[in-house]
Amino acid sequence: MSTAPVYGLILAGGLSSRMHSDKAALQYRGQSQLDRAFDMAGRQVAKVFVSVRANQTHDSARAHKPLIVDSVDGDGPIVGIRSALAAFPHAAWLVLACDLPFLSDAVLEHLLAERNPAALATAYRSAHDGLPEPLCGVWEPAAGPALAAYQAGGGHCPRKFLIRHAAILLDPLDKRALDNVNTPEEYADALVALENAYHTDPMQLNIRYYALMREQAGRSEEIVETTAATPADLYTELHARYGFTLAREQLKVAVNSEFSDWSRKLAAGDAVVFIPPVAGG
Amino acid sequence: MRFRFTQAAIDTGSARRELLDLGAGGYASFEGWVRDHNEGQRVTHLEYEAFQELAVTEGDRIVTEALKRFPVKHALCIHRVGGLNLGEMAVWVGVSSAHRGEAFDACRFIIDEVKHRVPIWKKEHYRNGDSGWVNCERCAAAPNHSHDHVRHDEPALSAPE
Repeated sequence: MSTAPVYGLILAGGLSSRMHSDKAALQYRGQSQLDRAFDMAGRQVAKVFVSVRANQTHDSARAHKPLIVDSVDGDGPIVGIRSALAAFPHAAWLVLACDLPFLSDAVLEHLLAERNPAALATAYRSAHDGLPEPLCGVWEPAAGPALAAYQAGGGHCPRKFLIRHAAILLDPLDKRALDNVNTPEEYADALVALENAYHTDPMQLNIRYYALMREQAGRSEEIVETTAATPADLYTELHARYGFTLAREQLKVAVNSEFSDWSRKLAAGDAVVFIPPVAGG
Repeated sequence: MRFRFTQAAIDTGSARRELLDLGAGGYASFEGWVRDHNEGQRVTHLEYEAFQELAVTEGDRIVTEALKRFPVKHALCIHRVGGLNLGEMAVWVGVSSAHRGEAFDACRFIIDEVKHRVPIWKKEHYRNGDSGWVNCERCAAAPNHSHDHVRHDEPALSAPE
């Protein structure tokens, strides 16, 4: 059996009751979080849809997007996921909650690289309690009937479903990546944290390349103008530019001639070196 | 620095003299040589490339760890960079100590850690005209397997065990 193609599904049908306003419309860096999640998924997969309830199809934040309207009964995110699986029974779904302001391209790229189509789903472990994070995961076609049976048995929690069905669970790339925002206080905190974590203006970084990556980039060094906030984001950008054959998981990274975390905040003028698998001796 | 690079042939005589100590009862060394075959391919020559700033820092850390871990007197590691022909020495490790056991142990520790941790890359050139970066080309062919920079290079040595 061939591997199912992956489409994107942004969950934006929640009631936002603790936020006192529509979560999908919350703004980060001049973009609604629904648009942000939609664009982020669109950088990874060919088609992206927004999951909505029947009464949201004319809503201004959502109406201009391709929609998948809930087609099964029940409450909670499982309804949206089941509706997508029913609409395209041969596709797998990159399911994303729209309220994950710290999500990055690197997190999705890693998820898709590690996806196991033989499992019902591939998802991250929570950095806080180690349990599955169902709303940033890839749900395979075979999850459809299993979810239907789970709901028929009275289940409604996608996290419990993943625990029970032995989903593939990945370690999170960084602690905050999947933190969600449910209250006005959390939103205010997220805005401050994002302002501190991300450069809105492009900065210049000094990049040096060695060995296989030097040959693939066709240069041994360059100055790159970028908005990448971390080495992980920078690798995503340069990987796309030069078509490096090595995945990020195969590399280490150094900043200013010392090994670094992938999630370190980069500063203008930093010297970055990606380190392919070594072979001294 | 107890780890350094050289473009020219490694002078083991003068390197060994840096380890002399009247409290040492002996000395153990390891030499890695360029071998004429690897994984079924006939190797004709090699190129070594290093990210020297970090490599020297990390190499020195490894030798310092060895001096803490084993009761030895002195230790030093020298690695070649640039083009090397068959039979040439690519790396040298030397350790002096009061007793032979820890000299052997420290020497083994240093060469093993250097192979796994120090940012040095090796390009092999083959008789059939192909060439490849050791540990990188196979990884590229199998991007989904997990990579720890550690276990990969065991079957890919160009130097004898």
